[in-house]
Amino acid sequence: MRRIISLLMENEPGALSRVVGLFSQRSYNIDSLSVAPTEDTTLSRLTVVTSGDERKIEQITKHLNKLVDVVKLVDLSEGAHVERELLLVKVKAVGAQRAEIQRISEIFRAQIVDVTPTAYSIQLTGTSEKLDAFIAAQAEGTVLEVARTGVCGIARGDKVLAL
Amino acid sequence: MEHLSGGDSLIRALHDEGVDLIFGYPGGAVLHIYDAIFRQDKIEHILVRHEQAATHAADGYARATGKAGVVLVTSGPGATNAVTGIATAYMDSIPMVVISGQVESRLIGTDGFQETDMVGISRPIVKHSFMIQHASEIPAVVKKAFHLATTGRPGPVVIDIPKDVTDPKLKLPYEYPSDVKMRSYTVPGKGHSGQIKKAVEALLAAKRPMIYAGGGVIQGEGAELLTKLTRKLGYPITNTLMGLGAYPASDKQFLGMLGMHGTYEANMAMHYCDVLLGIGVRFDDRVTNSDTSKFCPDATILHVDIDPASISKTVSADVPIVGSVTAVLEEMLECLDSMQQGVDDEALSAWWEQIGKWREKDSLGVTPHTNGVIKPQQVVQALHRITNGDAYVSTDVGQHQMFVAQHYGFDKPRRWINSGGLGTMGFGLPAAMGVKLAYRDAVSVCVTGEGSFQMNLQEFATCMQYNLPVKIICLNNQSLGMVRQWQDMQYGGRYSHSTYAESLPDFVKLAEAYGHVGLRIETLDELDSKLAEAFAMEDKLVFVDVMVDPEEHVYPMAIKGGAMKDMVLSKTERT
Repeated sequence: MRRIISLLMENEPGALSRVVGLFSQRSYNIDSLSVAPTEDTTLSRLTVVTSGDERKIEQITKHLNKLVDVVKLVDLSEGAHVERELLLVKVKAVGAQRAEIQRISEIFRAQIVDVTPTAYSIQLTGTSEKLDAFIAAQAEGTVLEVARTGVCGIARGDKVLAL
Repeated sequence: MEHLSGGDSLIRALHDEGVDLIFGYPGGAVLHIYDAIFRQDKIEHILVRHEQAATHAADGYARATGKAGVVLVTSGPGATNAVTGIATAYMDSIPMVVISGQVESRLIGTDGFQETDMVGISRPIVKHSFMIQHASEIPAVVKKAFHLATTGRPGPVVIDIPKDVTDPKLKLPYEYPSDVKMRSYTVPGKGHSGQIKKAVEALLAAKRPMIYAGGGVIQGEGAELLTKLTRKLGYPITNTLMGLGAYPASDKQFLGMLGMHGTYEANMAMHYCDVLLGIGVRFDDRVTNSDTSKFCPDATILHVDIDPASISKTVSADVPIVGSVTAVLEEMLECLDSMQQGVDDEALSAWWEQIGKWREKDSLGVTPHTNGVIKPQQVVQALHRITNGDAYVSTDVGQHQMFVAQHYGFDKPRRWINSGGLGTMGFGLPAAMGVKLAYRDAVSVCVTGEGSFQMNLQEFATCMQYNLPVKIICLNNQSLGMVRQWQDMQYGGRYSHSTYAESLPDFVKLAEAYGHVGLRIETLDELDSKLAEAFAMEDKLVFVDVMVDPEEHVYPMAIKGGAMKDMVLSKTERT
């Protein structure tokens, strides 16, 4: 089962390594990870996408909560939420391909952010599945480089992850 | 306000925290701190002969007293040598504060001389760690470190201090904080009252109840309350290896230790119970055996622990209770008093009758040799007689450890000092030193094997320097006994690298070389008299080298992949 766990942690050296270390130490999966400071500069928000059965997820959240640097945690996938990931992809774009790529980009509401005579760099945000679908929609052998941020998310409604 | 350098403020902060003893070993990165130690007389420093021993000694001190043990080591190899001891403390939830020197801030990351990333290396084996960036942080960090190490589920905390931070030329105003503020750390206190009531109701409804208590009861100072609850209910109780002493071993309700080398009756009662109260335990693999689906198949499981992550980690709890053992036990007792209903006497007496039948098996029985060859269990039994079962006994790891766990019979908490989780050979002697330093008038015994003892025997010298008259009982079977036992049982008796009889030192002479007393016992008839002789020398460290039967195995022994009822009972008998 895929889960999205978001947490607030002390914005201090070593905090990230404790979180990441916990996953490798206890052999939990990290499918994606994103982290950045919040509006409160003493706190960072980290979002990790992981997978496992109910018991494993329970252990992951318990162990994360035990980390002294972790202040607050929420499993976003427990309720309605919005998740987004940013993709930057560079594709080979020559000849008739150039128009085709533009059409696909329009369908996905992606933006072409850089252009050379032989390549496009395209930006797209959405769920991870949408980004996967966009990459899969490119003609075979044309994808030159992929950069993804990993998922970040927020609960729908009035619920907030804050102190 | 007083102005102190980083080194002085560290030592002052330790003193203000109530520390009077630290174990350590000097080196380049901690020389400013050692100079601060030299210029004061409030804190005693014990110079060990290897940093691993410093951590084990602090650990032994902590297990015996409940206070945090304190260690001071230098950077690089000093820090890495301490790692085994930190991991040992971590696995058994022992409060410890380890201060490691670090190279100067400007050298960090340059592969400087004696540089190692201590915070990184120790990360998976500490409760938390700190890297000090500036001398002004020292008092607050020390305060936090002790708070973290000793509260909640205790554990080791590392403070890494770059050398420039302790520079004697940089003096700052010193003030020790009176309290700790950490927004991300809260200590569980009371358990959930509804859950506690549910647990008590389940206990009272039980036909075949069982109490399974572990190291958490000792760490949480809950032994007295546990004993009260158990006696009130009249239920059978077993202790884990870490929990020995949490309930008096000499009491009739005690079924002995459970698990891999637990008694027949304890393991059978676990398997067939219908309500299991696990308290201060973590259902670890040496208890449940490898396949948890076969564990206590009929039982409703009530689990009390201060660490939520310990609950439903390996075995799902039907009634989970997170809280301190004392708070939960107190509330359980109150709840029990307020209930109309009592225990099911009829079912309970049938259950005790069944347990009585299991006890008749006498699974720890020892058949003595008639030719004078000493069985290792007999040595532990003799030790119990001579010390009236009231000594602090530390061990190393292996067969001798299990023989002590099975046969010494601990009646009080904090008397049994062993590395249960990590299983660290070399733990025993330094731990016994820590105990002796905590309680100068108490009898501190280290039961060891000739294998384990050679892993930290350099501490003979520390014992001489600080006059630590511990008694060392070596069950010498001239082999790595537990390894050999497994090789007997699972590898067709192929003793791959587990024997070394031809190269063993003369331990009596070795003890004498360090200025101590050495004795050797070779036959059963001299066992009691020579042990008595050793214990009569109260102000001497005496090493007693007891030659024991090398063929002896530790039984009962759990059958891998089986349930708790599946045991090997002797070389020829299985359940």
